[in-house]
Amino acid sequence: MSTNLRNKPCGGRYGDVIEAIGHTPLIELKRLSPKPGVRLWVKLESRNPTGSVKDRVARSLILDAEDKGLIRPGQTILEPTSGNTGISLAMICARKGYRLKVVMPDNVTRERTELLRMYGADIVYSEGSKGSNGAVELALDMAAKDSSYYMPYQYGNEANPNAHYNGTALEILEELDEVSAFVAGLGTGGTLMGNGRRLKEELGDVKIVAAEPMQGEPVQGLRSLDDGFIPPIIDIGLLDRKIFVTNADAITWTRKLLDEEQLFVGVSTGAIARVAVRIAGELDEGNVVFIAADDGSKYFSSGIYTRPLEEIENLDSTVWW
Amino acid sequence: MATIKIPPVLRPAVGGEREISADGENVGEILRAVVEEHPSTSAQLFGADGDLNRYVNVYLNDEDVRVLDGLDTSVGSGDTLVILPAMAGGAR
Repeated sequence: MSTNLRNKPCGGRYGDVIEAIGHTPLIELKRLSPKPGVRLWVKLESRNPTGSVKDRVARSLILDAEDKGLIRPGQTILEPTSGNTGISLAMICARKGYRLKVVMPDNVTRERTELLRMYGADIVYSEGSKGSNGAVELALDMAAKDSSYYMPYQYGNEANPNAHYNGTALEILEELDEVSAFVAGLGTGGTLMGNGRRLKEELGDVKIVAAEPMQGEPVQGLRSLDDGFIPPIIDIGLLDRKIFVTNADAITWTRKLLDEEQLFVGVSTGAIARVAVRIAGELDEGNVVFIAADDGSKYFSSGIYTRPLEEIENLDSTVWW
Repeated sequence: MATIKIPPVLRPAVGGEREISADGENVGEILRAVVEEHPSTSAQLFGADGDLNRYVNVYLNDEDVRVLDGLDTSVGSGDTLVILPAMAGGAR
């Protein structure tokens, strides 16, 4: 098994904040690992410039559009996103001279709105009870009615998984020559598809495991099951396991990461860690790698780091991740 | 007898119940037993090809049966099937 631990001289030298995206640390979690022969690692994506894994995706979406000649400075980029992708796009668009309009449900945490405004993005709110589906629907409708928008559409754009295929996965492979399981959250599917494809190509036998949010009933506001949505970039055949995590469990494990490993991460990472530890417990040896998509600074107002679970308001009606 | 958790969107088709039970050795048998008891769930649960409706996710306890053995996934008597609509992740 690899013991590729070594001191890096520094995080690298870059000519621009956009170039500094990626190159995140891989950290071993010895206390959470359930077995001595199984090593648990977290890829700390909160160390990206705007604080989430979506910096990789946003950069890839914009560079791809520039390469294909689909956008020009001053143009408005439109994207349905309830948070991290929007924040990353806002930073990159501000830097490169594009306008950004994001469509998001009206029940996301206040910090997200603040961060988007801070980087100069315009926000269009969609009905919170329709969750992300509602934001996607509204953005697609706006784009259909106004051809001056360019919509990168992370749910259907291969530049999203490619950010991981050509980035995150290569960084993991630089540090570990064996990976038994890779665990990430399932949202657009970009992280799982891009890393999954590359890790399977390079290592063969690696389990790709999705942790997904069990949305609370108040945000399951569909009129019919046919209003459901499956991001076009998802190839479910690439997944070996797909496990849901309730909001309560996700928050419990977010706290556990803080208490036992002193890692300050967002709610999705709690859910992903819960699944990663379970998968690690099923193995006898090997490396299990999971993704910490962001840190917890966008969740402060909810009190989840200090208040008892039963005192957290809107546990089921908030889109936590 | 397995327990089946019904999402809000499907409850009108099962008389408003949040939870029902049905017999069967695997996911397909159990869901077909649900359809027999509540015929209006048929079009919601199954596609025209007889496979699971594309926008329905069925979980054996907490694992999606599509990446297990699909409708052939074995179900034990103490297991719970959770039916959920396919949704666009969360805060992405």
